[in-house]
Amino acid sequence: MGFLHRHRGLTPYLLLAPGMLWLSIFFLVPLGFLAYQSLQSGSIDFGYAFTWAWGNYWDAIRSYRGQFERSILYAGIATVLALVLSYPVAYWIAFRGGRWKNLLLLFIVAPFFVTYLIRTLAWETILSDNGLVVRTLDHLHLLGVLGSNGRVLSTATAVVAGITYNFLPFMALPLYVSLEQIDQSLIEAAQDLYASKWKAFLRVTLPLSLPGVVAGTLLTFIPAAGDFINAQLLGSPKNHMIGNVIESKYKELLDYPAAASMSFVLMATILAAVLIYARAVGTEKLTG
Amino acid sequence: MTTVEATLPAPRSRLGPLARAWAFARHHLLSLYSLLFFAYLLLPIGVVIAFSFNNPKGRFNYTWQGFTFKNWSQWNGVPGLTSALWLSLEIALVASLVATVLGTLVALALVRYRFRGRGATNLLVFLPLSTPEIVLGASLLTLFLQVKFALGFISILIAHIMFCISFAVVTVKARLIGFDRHLEEAAMDLGANEWTTFQKVTLPLIAPAILAALLLCFAISIDDFVVTYFNAGNRVTFPIFVWGAARVATPPQINVIGTAIFVVAVTAMLGNVILQRRREVRA
Repeated sequence: MGFLHRHRGLTPYLLLAPGMLWLSIFFLVPLGFLAYQSLQSGSIDFGYAFTWAWGNYWDAIRSYRGQFERSILYAGIATVLALVLSYPVAYWIAFRGGRWKNLLLLFIVAPFFVTYLIRTLAWETILSDNGLVVRTLDHLHLLGVLGSNGRVLSTATAVVAGITYNFLPFMALPLYVSLEQIDQSLIEAAQDLYASKWKAFLRVTLPLSLPGVVAGTLLTFIPAAGDFINAQLLGSPKNHMIGNVIESKYKELLDYPAAASMSFVLMATILAAVLIYARAVGTEKLTG
Repeated sequence: MTTVEATLPAPRSRLGPLARAWAFARHHLLSLYSLLFFAYLLLPIGVVIAFSFNNPKGRFNYTWQGFTFKNWSQWNGVPGLTSALWLSLEIALVASLVATVLGTLVALALVRYRFRGRGATNLLVFLPLSTPEIVLGASLLTLFLQVKFALGFISILIAHIMFCISFAVVTVKARLIGFDRHLEEAAMDLGANEWTTFQKVTLPLIAPAILAALLLCFAISIDDFVVTYFNAGNRVTFPIFVWGAARVATPPQINVIGTAIFVVAVTAMLGNVILQRRREVRA
């Protein structure tokens, strides 16, 4: 410890070094390799070579525009649904949870403890052709709107439902954290000043919970946009997202440059969105 | 939105029973909605558990056919399933330990010290959390392919430690921020050196956060499919086994293992919640 005493300025760097080196070598460097690979051309049989093949990006966007658009659309709808569904519950736990808060939060994250793929397969059972959901929708004459050919499985509805469910905790938790931090006396003050409860919510609670809304939106939208499991297990090829294309290019077709350029387009779109959010909210708030 | 509860009208004797029921419902709308929400959240978990007792006739375990304990008594009766589970457990154990140590050190540096490059460090911690898993998996695979690193146990482990570190940092950091530095200063004033202070004061105080980080990393690791799928080579973890099974046949033993993991994880988390509450009560 004598060494540390003499070089106190070094201590933080020594603490950081192992973790940051790991993230640099196995996260940042691979992103560089991904960029490099995305500009290669050739074939798996004759090998790929770096040729500044910007055309890969053009091909990715032109050939798979539908999948890109579907990724953004499905992820967007799922994010809005998750926000609308979980805000009231996050509010309820934060303001009415009392001593049960931690237990209720455990309920919120409970789905995470069932393997992702298994809980998605469970939705296959729930949404199955003769299941309760399909019959209820049929009664309500909604099956024609939400399903197709009398089915919910293999439709966009099933994929969006799966994505919404699978990423709900990512939305609910940040919402809860931001709502929980709100100083109750601010809301009481608004009501003392003759704001109705509804108005106090709109003018005080909602704006103060916005950081949670932003964080939850990002944490839900980002993994949802890159997801391929829900589209694979609950949808049909017509519902495939860009993640499905990247997966098959990498794992089945071994077309690495195409897959890399697509990953990069996806990553760049998302990064741009994150930076815009970071600008608006401030990085400290965003990174906790 | 219904989040704002309407005030109950002042008690008036002329209010009919219907109006009173409506007032009651309005007042408890939020609680009712929350109960429905939890039911929705837990429904698939119920399905997973129920179908671990199913007795399917065909290859797929998607429709209810009859009750049996067979799947539980023969939980290891499916070729490949047991070894996949062991691999997942081994990876999760090592990855969560390493990631928690690395993440705790980073969190200590971030909260305790002012240094150049703090913003960049925060960004590097945050970026993996905001990158889709498929990009994490694909880019790491690209690295391994380019440097001709053989895919297998080590490559899976490297990947899992990588995506767990950020979660560990965030978890421990949250606890460190609300931490009274005076306790450490008091120890130092009483003649303890930095290492003794860390061992005797800092470590016990942040132990619950470290335990939480460990559990979180373990849960994330054992559940990971996407990144593993890209970097596993021909090794099969439990989620990869399920993925393969979903295409050809889903033995109900998958649900047995899924249920077991769920029960163990919930028990561990409940234990942590109770432990923290006891500490808070004592403090």
